[in-house]
Parts: sequence; C-alpha cells; structure tokens
Amino acid sequence: MTENLDVLRQGIASGRLKTDELVLNMGPQHPSTHGVLRLELVLDGEIVVKIIPSMGYLHRCFEKHAEAMTYPQVVPYTDRMDYLAAMNNNHGYALAVERLLGIEVPERVEYIRVIMAELQRIASHLVAIGTFGMDVGAFTPFLYCFRDREYILDIFERTCGARLLYNYIWVGGLSHDVHDGFERDVADFIRKFRPTVTEVNNLLNYNKIFIERTAHVGVLPADVAVSYGCSGPMLRGSGVDWDLRRDDPYSIYDRFDWNVIVGDGAAGTLGDCWDRHMVRVGEMEESCRIIEQALESFPAAGDIAEAIPKRIRPPKGEIYTRVENPRGELGYYLISDGSANPFRLKVRGPSFVNLSVIDEISRGHLIADLVAILGSIDIVLGEVDR
Amino acid sequence: MSGYFKDIYEGIATALIGMKITWKHLFVRNVTIQYPDEKHDIPERVRNRLYVNMDDCIGCDQCAKACPVNCITIETAKSLPEENLGETSTGHKKKLWVTRFDIDIAKCCYCELCVPPCPTDCIFMTPTYEFSEYNRNDLIYRFATLEPGEAAEKTANAERIKMETAAKRAAELEEKKRAAAEKAAAEKAHDAGDPTAPSPIEHVAQRTDTRERTPKPSNTGGETSEPSSSGDKSAPSASSSGQPSSSGSDPFDMKTAPHDGSASVRSDAGADRDASSRPAAW
Amino acid sequence: MESLLQSFFGDNILTLLLYCSLPLVFLLLYALLAILGEVKVSAWMQDRLGPMRTGPYGIIQPIADVLKLLQKEDITPANADKFLFNLAPYLSFMSAYAALAVIPFSSQYVGADLNLGLFYLLAISSLNVAAIMMAGWASNNKYSLYGSMRAVAQIVSYEVPAAMVLVIVVMFIGSLNLQDIIIAQSGPFWNWIVFGGPKQDVMLASGHTLDASWTNLIFFPLFLGTFVMYYISGLAETNRTPFDIPEAESELVSGYHTEYSGMKFAMFFMSEYANMFIVSAVTAILFFGGWNSPFGVYLGDAFDAPWLVAVEQFGWLVLKGLFFVFMMIWIRWTLPRLRVDQLMYMCWKVLIPFSFGVALLVGFLVVIL
Ligand code: SF4
Ligand code: SF4
Repeated sequence: MTENLDVLRQGIASGRLKTDELVLNMGPQHPSTHGVLRLELVLDGEIVVKIIPSMGYLHRCFEKHAEAMTYPQVVPYTDRMDYLAAMNNNHGYALAVERLLGIEVPERVEYIRVIMAELQRIASHLVAIGTFGMDVGAFTPFLYCFRDREYILDIFERTCGARLLYNYIWVGGLSHDVHDGFERDVADFIRKFRPTVTEVNNLLNYNKIFIERTAHVGVLPADVAVSYGCSGPMLRGSGVDWDLRRDDPYSIYDRFDWNVIVGDGAAGTLGDCWDRHMVRVGEMEESCRIIEQALESFPAAGDIAEAIPKRIRPPKGEIYTRVENPRGELGYYLISDGSANPFRLKVRGPSFVNLSVIDEISRGHLIADLVAILGSIDIVLGEVDR
Repeated sequence: MSGYFKDIYEGIATALIGMKITWKHLFVRNVTIQYPDEKHDIPERVRNRLYVNMDDCIGCDQCAKACPVNCITIETAKSLPEENLGETSTGHKKKLWVTRFDIDIAKCCYCELCVPPCPTDCIFMTPTYEFSEYNRNDLIYRFATLEPGEAAEKTANAERIKMETAAKRAAELEEKKRAAAEKAAAEKAHDAGDPTAPSPIEHVAQRTDTRERTPKPSNTGGETSEPSSSGDKSAPSASSSGQPSSSGSDPFDMKTAPHDGSASVRSDAGADRDASSRPAAW
Repeated sequence: MESLLQSFFGDNILTLLLYCSLPLVFLLLYALLAILGEVKVSAWMQDRLGPMRTGPYGIIQPIADVLKLLQKEDITPANADKFLFNLAPYLSFMSAYAALAVIPFSSQYVGADLNLGLFYLLAISSLNVAAIMMAGWASNNKYSLYGSMRAVAQIVSYEVPAAMVLVIVVMFIGSLNLQDIIIAQSGPFWNWIVFGGPKQDVMLASGHTLDASWTNLIFFPLFLGTFVMYYISGLAETNRTPFDIPEAESELVSGYHTEYSGMKFAMFFMSEYANMFIVSAVTAILFFGGWNSPFGVYLGDAFDAPWLVAVEQFGWLVLKGLFFVFMMIWIRWTLPRLRVDQLMYMCWKVLIPFSFGVALLVGFLVVIL
C-alpha cells in the first residue's frame, strides 16, 4: 500500500504521472458470463481495450465420446451441447445420419420434428431475451419469459417424458409419438404466449433505458459478421438475410409461409445489440406462424417408427449437415467407416463461432456494454466448450 | 433540443408503462407452486427412476448394451438342465440366473435408450423423481433377487457344467475352432475386398410402443442397432457372455468379486471396477 | 417525549441513551419489514410466491435471514486493509443512523430539533460516500474498487440536484428546520407542498409567520416536478435500480461489498435500507406533509389524548415513508439499469438544469406573490 502511495507521490512530483491498463478477470464464476466462460479484460479505466476469452471449463469431449458410441447412443450426447435447444441438436444429428443412410422419414415425423424444433426455438429465445434483460439489470421480464418457457417444457414432457434433454428426435424417427391432445396443447400455448411478447416488448424492449443501453452498442457490421462466420440472429441482426431454414431447406420448412427477420437498426445503428435482440423477439412470432401452419396440415395418423433402422451402419462416407439452431448454424460433419460407431463427428457450434467476434465488437466500450454485448450474443457454454 | 425533450418524455413515459405492467402483475395469480406440499401432475411418459421387474428379466443384456453411459451391469449364470426357471409373463423362457443386475442411477442420464430393446418389457422408467441419497453408493440399485450365497452357488454350478462340457468336448472343440477360424479369416478377406457388401440398413418390421406393457411377439424385437461384435442371441452359450463387450475387464473377476462379501463391500467393488474399466464415462 | 422518559428514569445518561436508541429500534423493525416487502413485492410482481416456509406466508423470513447472516463466517480477505475494511460497514450504517436524528417522527418526537436540520441531513448522508470508498479500496479487489469509484462519482453528482431541490423548498418555507417545514403544511392534504403549499397563513415554530393564500396553487406543477426530481436523485443516492451501478450485479458482481460477508455485509444492507427510508421520509416531509394527517384532524384530538395524536402522527409519517419505499421497490423490479455515462448525463444535463430552472422560477414567484 505504501509503495503504491510512494509511486504515486513520485509520479506527481516528477510531473510524469502515468496511467496504466488494468487486467480484470471476468469469470468463470461471474453472474453474467452465462456459465463458465472466462474473459480476461484489459481495461483502461472502465473502457475495454482487449478481451481474451478462455474456454474449456465445460469441456466434456463430446466429439471423442461420439466415436465410442453407436449412432443412436450419440443422440443423448447431442442434447447436452446446446442444452437450451436440445431438440434442434437432435434434429441436426438425425438429419446427418439419415442423409448418410439415405432414409426418408414419414410425413408425420417431419411435421412433429418441425413443430418441436420451432417450440424449442421459442423456448431458447425466451431464455436469451430474459437473460439479456437481466444482464442490463431488469429482472422481472426474465421471469415472465421463464414462465412461458415452462409451458413449452410441459408439452415436451408430456410427449417424451423429459423437460430439458429429450433424446426425442431419433435417427429415422422419434422416440415417441406425440401425446393425445398435443395439437390442442400447442395451440393453447401459442394463444397464451402471444400476449407475453407484447408485454415483454412494453416492459423491456421499448423501454427507453433499455434502448439507451443496447442501441449503438456492440455494432457488428455485416462484413465483419460474415468474415467471422457468425450465424443465426447474430448475423441477421447485422442485416444479412440468411436463414438455413429458407436458404438450405431441410425437413419441410419450404412448405410454410414465414419471414426471415432481419435487423433494421430501428433504434440505433444496424447490427447493434438491440437489433440482435429484436431479431429474436421477431423470430418467436415467426416460429408461432410456422407452428400454426404445421398444425393445420398435421397428418392425423402415421407410424413414427416406420423408418427407424433396426441396425445403423452407414456406408463408408462423409457428410456435412447443417440446421438452423436458435443460435445459428449448427453443423455436423460425420465420417462413417461403415461400422456401428461414427468414425469422426465434428460439430460446428454456433455459440462458439459467434463468441469469437466479441473482442472485435467490444473494444472501446464500457464494462457495462461488454455485459450487454455478451448477453446479445446469447452463448450457451455447453456448446461453446462441448 | 427537441430530441432532448423527446428523450426525457420517452424515458418517463416508458418507465410508467413498465410500472403499469408490473403493477398489474401484483394481482396476477402465482404460477409457481409450493413444491414439497404441492406437486405438478406427472405426465404418463415421464422419465425418471428406472425399475426392473426381475420376475420377467431373462438376462439378455440388451439394456446394458443400449446404454450410452454404461450404467447397467448384468451378470448371468447358465442354469443347470434340471433347474426350471419358469417363463416370463411375456412367454419367454428363462434360461439364465441373473446373479447381478446393478443400475448406477447416479450415472444414468435418463435417456430411456435401455427401455425399448428389452424383449420382455421388464425394464422401465417410473414417475419417482425424488430419490437423492447421502451416500453415492446407495444410488447403485441392485435388482438381482438372488441371495449372495445363492448367486455364488449358481455361478459355481454353471462354472462346473462349463468345465465338464469343456473337458468332454475338448478335442472336438479344438477341431471345430480351428475350422471356424480358418473360415472366418477367409470371409474377412472376402469382405474387405468387396465394396458392394449388402446394405446394412434393415427396417424394424414392428415396433410396439414402449409405454404399452404388452407382450412382444418375437424375441428379435428388442434388437435395435447393436454393435455386431457380441450382441447376438446365440451368444449366451458361455456363462460370461452376459458382459458388455466394451467393458473390457476379466470375466472371471467380474463373476467372482461380488459374491465374497457383504452388500457394502460389493457396492464398493462394483463402483471401483466401473470407474476403472470405463475411463471414458463421465 | 424526552420529558416523558425523564419522568420515568430521571435526568441521567440512561434517559438520553434510551432517547437516542428509539430510532434504532424503529430502524431495525423497519428493516425487517422492508426486506420482507422487497422479497414479497418482487415475487408478486413476477407471479411468484416468494418465501413461504418460514412462518405463515413466510413473514418471519427476514428474521431467518438475519440469523443466517449472524452465523456466517466473517471473512476478511488476506490482502485487505483490515482496519478500513472492518470500519467501513459501521461507518456506512452510522451515517444512515445519524441522519435519523433530525427526522421528526411526530410533533412530539424528533431526535435533535436542529435549526439547520436539512443542512445536517445533507452533510451527514454524504458520509456514506466515505464509507463506500473505504470499503471498495480496502477490499483490495478490482470489482470492489470499480464499484466504489462509480458510487462516489454517482453520489457526489446526485447531491447537487438533491441539494438544489431542497433549496427550492427551503426558499419557499423560509426555514431549514424540518419541524417548521412540516408545520407549514398542517391542515388537510391540499396544504402539502406538492399541492402548492399552505393555502392560509401559518405560524412556524420559530415564531415567524408564513404568508400564504390560494394563489399558491400555481406552485403545484413546479413542486410536482421538484418532487419527481428529488425522488430520482434520492434513488440515485441510495444506489437503487435503475441507478444501482455501484453494485451492478451483472457487471461488478456486487460492487463495493463484494468481499463482505456475515454481519458486515448485513451492515451495508441495513444502511441501504435505512437510506431508502430516509430518502422516503424526507420526500414525505418536504412534499407530503410529514407527520400531518391528510385529513387535517386526528382521532386523538377527539378523545383529548395528546399521546394518541403523537402516535397517529408517527403512523402517518411511517405510512408515507413506507409508501415511497414501496415505490422504490416497485421501480427496482421494473426498470433496467442505466450505464455510468447515462447516469451522469441524467444528473448533469437533465436534473441539474431543471432544478436550477425551477429554483429560479420559484424564487421569482415567491418574491412577487
Ligand atoms: S436411461 Fe439411458 S443412461 Fe439410464 S440406464 Fe437407461 S440407457 Fe442408461
Ligand atoms: S433387456 Fe430386459 S430382459 Fe434383457 S437383461 Fe435387460 S431388463 Fe433383463
């Protein structure tokens, strides 16, 4: 302590008082790093000069594990990557293996998959929106979001028995057919859910303080977003009209009428935190529309287990399949050597790639903005670290 | 300047809108419940604690092989010809004594992959979700119904039979083995050289809903997607074949260890072996 | 009140001590209530139930919380400046407690009836800044340091508009004595300053007469604005959301009290709640008639029981104070948090110009009316 004071006195006396940068360790136990992310911040006062993200605190060797598993056994492991979007993870993996095997799944299975994936997208966005609000200091919208997410989880639980990690979308089919009254439950949910969006909009998204906190903050220009490989709401928030559900159609998304929500810089600059946030808000409504249309043409009957292979040993070969996860492009690169276990399964995780841009867009911002930026990227550490 | 006043106006107005919303919610009924006193209705398909109905288990090891985290450990002993183990409620003939059937529920990830393959539908998930324990070893559920002594006896019997048979047929077995090995080698060479091998995909002809506890018509219904190495019905000819091939530990060790002590010793031994033999499990 | 105690215990130090500790008793009871209020109101606003297991509807939860804090290990970080680290929470609480000395709880009870009451209040509550700075510096933790730097910048800035607003009221009433300010608002609620102040002449305790008439109604919009400005500055001075940047949970973990545990943390907690009440009580005193009944009459007068009047007055003040505490809780669970620069913007570019403007206008009107 006294040495510090001496240094200070000397500096003042000699007229050469210098300021220095400060290294602050944010995480892995920090309230707003959304898990166990660790950021080393180099700060000049409160201004961020440089960020060095350190990852791996939640590394569970997913890819290596997958090599020791049979194909169906990998599905529960995919759940555990992006644990807020387990259905979408299952879906991507199932598609990859199915394409390698050359399986066509029944119509009803496709419909159920799409409905489940979109419900999961809403659930995941609800968490993203709620926690983003919490990052900028509003706690109440978070709980309103979680309340509605519970309704979705209830539907999932009734269908497949699990609330978070479903192991539901299997290679070639589903683990269970939907429960009785599924259509009614989903329609009910959408009816209950729409007012919440308005409420959260009024309580949080159009609040002046919230706009001030998020507009013009963490601006991600479209070219930077593309060159870093950002995807999902992160990319669309920057005004790039790109959604795999439309641009690389899989499953039956091409049958529905829905819009790709793109950021427009309404409150600030194109590609700021508010844009990313509002893309998520808008996507929830689009998901509702997809679900409603899917429910209208939902095939009344069909055997969901019809296409499930008895034995899965894909021919030698490799495939890259990508789906639109709530956080962006989730890709599975699968190599098969003809045996019952994948030879190699590489995952391209959207959170991981999106996170890489944080240093670029946070420089020169305050710590408070960094928290907002991190919240708007919406990472799930389970998938960043895998 | 007008922007300045607009900002102030918006700040106040939107704050008041927000306050109106939270005020309304003061009078909205709570959505949470008083957990231990009130509980949510458990849906019919819920996936929680596993249960095995040992009366119906034929010791076929299908469930253990399906499990992605290897938390099911099954040991079986072949019954003597004069012993009649009866039939399961689904009409399967029981041929094996199940001397050990442990589920380490602490490792279980509730994926339910073990349920569909069971030919007799005797392993299933129950709605019980409150089963925390103070001691981790209490989470290893032991379903085998045989007393330790009995189990040891059955294992010994099976061992003896095996020895006798082995001694009797030593010579011809030797002969057969050599012939089989030669044949296998030839086949292997043939396989490797033939890229147009028959497609490995077979569709399940019939798949009953796992929730309905109705008997399955055929004994092949449970076999989905197994590694080809050891999962055949014909395998249980030797008493140690009940082991998952991936566990990689000495079959003698697996058989003898659990029977020489009290329950707690057994559980410790089981836990240790699990840990050592499967380094990849988390 | 003092004479009452003297008649029981005689004129000795014990009497004085008892007299001084009455606000402490009140503060402790109020803190329990406020903690319960905070958890319950936030729960209801979020469609939850809040604590329900300690006592019926969880009403003794705050006591359980206090007991928990008492039992917690009292950790002092190895590299902390131990003396300052241990001093800071008590200093923080002391400043809040000392401020209560001049709050008139009724016409009969005020700890110290100072002529410079408001002045004292401003001065003593600034002491909190020193405590926060001490805590942040002594913790030897970067998060704490950031928190305390922010807190100091914030509190010092917001004292300017707060003081300016007080000046407006003082200018209008012509006294810094809080009792005087309350007496000036006696009678029914339309005499409250927020509604333009007294509508007929009042005799202040200092003997000076305040000339007033119904023309005072033109002050209504001005004082309404003044009230809003004071309340906002008060929120900022107590570090409550949306101005809680010194403790900004999602940024700085817990700001200046990150390293505190157990009873020392409880002291910071208490002082925050005490400050909330002080700001609320001062709001009530300055703008909402203090201990005056809104109807201008007391039940005690009807029964000719002066002690009942005192109790009623106490009740009214506490009720008004608690209402504003509730407002703080309500705001906290509604709004997001501002950023440091926006906070400063709001203070220096919005509140200060406006408060100066209103002060000018009020001064002008006071002179010509
Ligand atoms: S539920 Fe899954 S993890 Fe648990 S025992 Fe069955 S297969 Fe194994
Ligand atoms: S699959 Fe069923 S019958 Fe076979 S060992 Fe497991 S529980 Fe027993």
